[in-house]
Amino acid sequence: MKLVTAVIKPHKWEDVREALETFGVAGMTVSEVSGYGRQKGHTEVYRGAEYDIALVPKIRIEIVVDDADADDVVGIVVKTAQTGRIGDGKVWVSPVETVVRVRTGEQDASAL
Amino acid sequence: MDGYYAFMLVATAFVLMMTVPALALFYGGMSRSKSVLNMMMMSYVAAAIVGILYVAVGWSMGFGGDGTFFANPFELFWLDGVSTGDYIFVMFQMTFAIITAALISGAVADRMKFSAWVLFVPLWAVIVYFPMAHMVFSCTEDSLICGRIGAQDYAGGTAVHINAGVAALVLVLLLGKRIGWPREQMRPHNLTLTMLGAGLLWMGWYGFNVGSIVFGDDPETQFPLETGRTFATTTLATMAAILGWLAVERLIHKKATSLGAASGIVAGLVAITPATGAVNLSGAVAIGAIAGAVCAWAVGLKYKLGYDDSLDVVGVHLVGGIIGTVLIGVFSTSEGAGGVDGLIYGGGFGSLGDQALGVVVAVIYSGILTAVIALAIKYTIGLRLDEEDEVNGIDLVAHGESAYDLHSGTSGGGSVLAASTAPVTTKAEGASA
Repeated sequence: MKLVTAVIKPHKWEDVREALETFGVAGMTVSEVSGYGRQKGHTEVYRGAEYDIALVPKIRIEIVVDDADADDVVGIVVKTAQTGRIGDGKVWVSPVETVVRVRTGEQDASAL
Repeated sequence: MDGYYAFMLVATAFVLMMTVPALALFYGGMSRSKSVLNMMMMSYVAAAIVGILYVAVGWSMGFGGDGTFFANPFELFWLDGVSTGDYIFVMFQMTFAIITAALISGAVADRMKFSAWVLFVPLWAVIVYFPMAHMVFSCTEDSLICGRIGAQDYAGGTAVHINAGVAALVLVLLLGKRIGWPREQMRPHNLTLTMLGAGLLWMGWYGFNVGSIVFGDDPETQFPLETGRTFATTTLATMAAILGWLAVERLIHKKATSLGAASGIVAGLVAITPATGAVNLSGAVAIGAIAGAVCAWAVGLKYKLGYDDSLDVVGVHLVGGIIGTVLIGVFSTSEGAGGVDGLIYGGGFGSLGDQALGVVVAVIYSGILTAVIALAIKYTIGLRLDEEDEVNGIDLVAHGESAYDLHSGTSGGGSVLAASTAPVTTKAEGASA
């Protein structure tokens, strides 16, 4: 199994969710996060004082999938979250050793 | 005069609203989220402390008789000898004392010990504000600013705004800057509160300015003529100041900001306060526009000069107060309340000189005596919070509260993590069980 983690622009979140649901992922964990990459932050002005705001709001999506589905899920996120402009985000895949469904104790593939 | 009496009841409630909650909201929104409650509390306790002190000695020191600086504090102590029919005038003046003390709090955000504020406020009210109110508003023959110098101040450009602005500057210099200022980001945490507070201040200011009418020989004629003028000049100056502030921002920083609009409102109201009865519609627009533009620039001075006037009490109230008070000498008309023509109406430099002298006296009096009070507190109980407490946030340290519970954001009525902060049984609950 793989953990697919995606950090995307907030306004792309609905598109990505819809595409992943259509593909058939069983579930996901989503959080509002902040950070920066090459995009860096932005500037705000309060009573003439300029503030460099380093962190930009993003959406982080975490999905555990079968090994076979990982590439497809990554492809879907990249396709739907892309605007072509700086700050579109990142997707990465990491190995997952074990998954247990808390309700039944089922393990791994049957727990997804 | 029944109409006038009813009007004063409303005007007085309006001016109290300017402190509780308008000023508290205006300042609270500009504070950081870890110190918003303390910022608001400084206004609320100032209202409680100054209000009771005002009944004790404030009215007597201000309006109890003659004196260059103040009248006998015990002449009308605890309103002894004052008819209940005159109580509303005491209450009206009380609300001015309250907001003047509360205005200072914006300068000391995040770092002044609450106990030091609770000690500073009554000392400052008795030693600085009550005398200043006598010098400006009582206007007996020997009262310094109104009687002897003859400077015009309709509703408190000197007594309220210059006074509070100078006190803020002195306090900030003795208190020092916040840890991390100006390197660290200290942006406002909730500008919607600030926008709401500025709007309520504007509304309350009609009580402040229009309610400050002083009657001459023919009240029935004077009442509508003068209140119409003060209501209109207050309104127009505020509108012009919004535009003045936003224009400067747009030119220098490329953005017209909501904080700029809120600040413009206050800068315009401050500047028109002394001049509201003296100027006509054009004069009001001129004073408002100048105040908005100059204050928008003046709030940047603290970065150049290195004093941490956190929420710009100096840049808005001291600078705006001086602008309004001095410009009476330029824009006042002889049809106005003071009956004096200013410079551009052919009145010469006489009025301008009187106004400038009034400003100088207010600055010196407030500056010196505020310094004495602040130094006395600094070397006894101390002015400043511990470094660790300042970083952790004064809301938690001084009041044992947080303004916002941001952990209950998930669906349903709050998250499990938030619910795990179960209330500790208090002693009172234990006793009743």
